[in-house]
Amino acid sequence: MTRVNTPGRGRNAVEVRGLVKHFGETKAVDGIDLDVREGTVMGVLGPNGAGKTTLVRCLSTLLIPDAGTATVAGYDVVRQPRALRRTIGLTGQYASVDEKLSGWENLYMIGRLLDFSRAEARRRADELLERFSLTEAAKRPVGKYSGGMRRRLDLAASMIGRPRVLYLDEPTTGLDPRTRNEVWDEVKRIVADGNTVLLTTQYMEEAEQLATELTVVDHGKVIAEGTVRELKAKVGGRTLLVRPVDPDQLPVMTAAVAEAGLDGIAGAGTDPAGEALSVPIISDEQLTAVVGLLGARGYGIADISIHLPSLDEVFLSITGRPAAKTDEAEEETAKA
Amino acid sequence: MSATTTQERPAPAAPVQGSEDGRIGLRANLRHIGALVRRNALQIKQNPESMADALLMPIVFTLLFVYVFGGAIAGEDGGYPNWIVPGLMAMMGLSIAMAVGTGVHEDFSKGVMDRFRSMPIARSSVLIAKVVVEIGRLLVTMAVLLVVGLAVGMELNGRWLELLAAVGLSTLFGASLTWIFILLGLTMSSAQAIQGMAFMVMMPLQFGSSIFVPTETMPGWLQAFADVNPLSQLAEASRNLINGTGEVGGPALSVVLWSVGITLVTAPLAISKFRKKV
Ligand SMILES: Nc1ncnc2c1ncn2[C@@H]1O[C@H](COP(=O)(O)OP(=O)(O)OP(=O)(O)O)[C@@H](O)[C@H]1O
Ligand SMILES: [Mg+2]
Repeated sequence: MTRVNTPGRGRNAVEVRGLVKHFGETKAVDGIDLDVREGTVMGVLGPNGAGKTTLVRCLSTLLIPDAGTATVAGYDVVRQPRALRRTIGLTGQYASVDEKLSGWENLYMIGRLLDFSRAEARRRADELLERFSLTEAAKRPVGKYSGGMRRRLDLAASMIGRPRVLYLDEPTTGLDPRTRNEVWDEVKRIVADGNTVLLTTQYMEEAEQLATELTVVDHGKVIAEGTVRELKAKVGGRTLLVRPVDPDQLPVMTAAVAEAGLDGIAGAGTDPAGEALSVPIISDEQLTAVVGLLGARGYGIADISIHLPSLDEVFLSITGRPAAKTDEAEEETAKA
Repeated sequence: MSATTTQERPAPAAPVQGSEDGRIGLRANLRHIGALVRRNALQIKQNPESMADALLMPIVFTLLFVYVFGGAIAGEDGGYPNWIVPGLMAMMGLSIAMAVGTGVHEDFSKGVMDRFRSMPIARSSVLIAKVVVEIGRLLVTMAVLLVVGLAVGMELNGRWLELLAAVGLSTLFGASLTWIFILLGLTMSSAQAIQGMAFMVMMPLQFGSSIFVPTETMPGWLQAFADVNPLSQLAEASRNLINGTGEVGGPALSVVLWSVGITLVTAPLAISKFRKKV
């Protein structure tokens, strides 16, 4: 079941084996195995209560696991917590900055706690505020920041010590699309710098944007894993929706795509609302091919959109049941 | 699974000095405590009302006791202010420490504590910083108390060093009490419960002592309690220091022993509680 990386594919920054953490009757984490290769983004995808936060808290030494082992950068979470803390950065699900302090003071304090000299801590605070577009708000108390600003500050705070492994627990939940994109861009930069990121999310789109590999968890267990591409293939990938300028052309367009015999494309049809051409696609090449075909045939296109499978659809196709928690579902996973 | 054992372990991320798990040296520890004290001080600056109790309590209590009870409660030698101000010094330590419980509860349920606990700092430094800040608040309170005390007629007759010693004793005892209330704040689940508990601790200690009245008028059993009560010892030591009226060594030693004892028991408990808090 576990995908164990061979050394040739790069070293593991995070290795989790049989990790268990129960809270009384609640099996928050119930035997998770997980590998994160150095320099990649691992997306941990799961619905509310799946155990994502508990996993991250175990990996950042905030919780002591009941059983199993976990190492981060080679350090054991239980036996070498101090050394481990030197290599990680954590952006928790709930803002972990001091609301009463200004953004600058928060970052400066963290720099000092990380043994930077005063001058270094000052420089690093300025630098990160600049990088996260918070320079203007630097002197204001964080309590007066917007949700997006607070999130960015939180991210900046986790970056002060240049951690090699960064945990992001639902970094964009509750953010508007623009702010979400900003956070995504930052995460991409962090990875481009060669760091490793473990990211939890409830959004398929976020996982697709950022993650190299995905682990889907539910009820404290891994229910699926693989690259984004593999998982998408498993759940049916994306759907391309093309709305013609002239709705009457819809049937001919559909027929044109269906008959063109484009590589790997099958099942072109109309969307449930009957307003757009709908084509399931797996690769970006297919996307280009379909749009190119329609353009070459001279059809007027009013709107193009891509529909990603939602987390619910992913769950439905993996487990055959919705992500919602029910007692029956509980039993099912227990058996599985 | 079996492949796990053959896996290559990545090299340690950063050079870790000292033992394998990288113990934190004393200098680094002091620097961390400094940064955390600065955080608490900035919070006070941001929210100056949080100093209101520390500033107003000594004024209100001194005026209350001197002008309302002053006539009724018999003054001993040196006048009533000379008798009550050392008692109030002892009381302030308890009252300032008491407020820490709810503060700690509120502060420590915030996300920023997760950050501190996931950073390479000794977890005790977060608590020690809190105690340092409370000592600062207590010193401010005592300064106000002494200014008001002198204004209403307390006489020092040049016994400044003895006064300093009395302030030192009260601060030491107040700091040890702070650990008790930090422990309470970390243990109990709601602010109300902590407040209730704090009052239950404070009331008997405060009134079953010689802070406000001499113990001679108390019934035997209460007198026995009041005489061993460290607050009585503290009040007596301070009175004798400031007024030069009697023996200092015995009560002072008793206060020091109590302070050290309380700290040795409650500080490690509080730190381990903080370490394990989920
Ligand atoms: N400290 C705790 N004490 C008791 N139960 C807990 C505790 N922390 C988490 N749980 C329970 O463990 C389960 C997993 O919680 P967790 O927070 O890890 O889920 P999650 O995947 O992060 O969910 P979300 O998407 O809502 O953040 C939940 O049922 C939760 O109620
Ligand atoms: Mg969570």
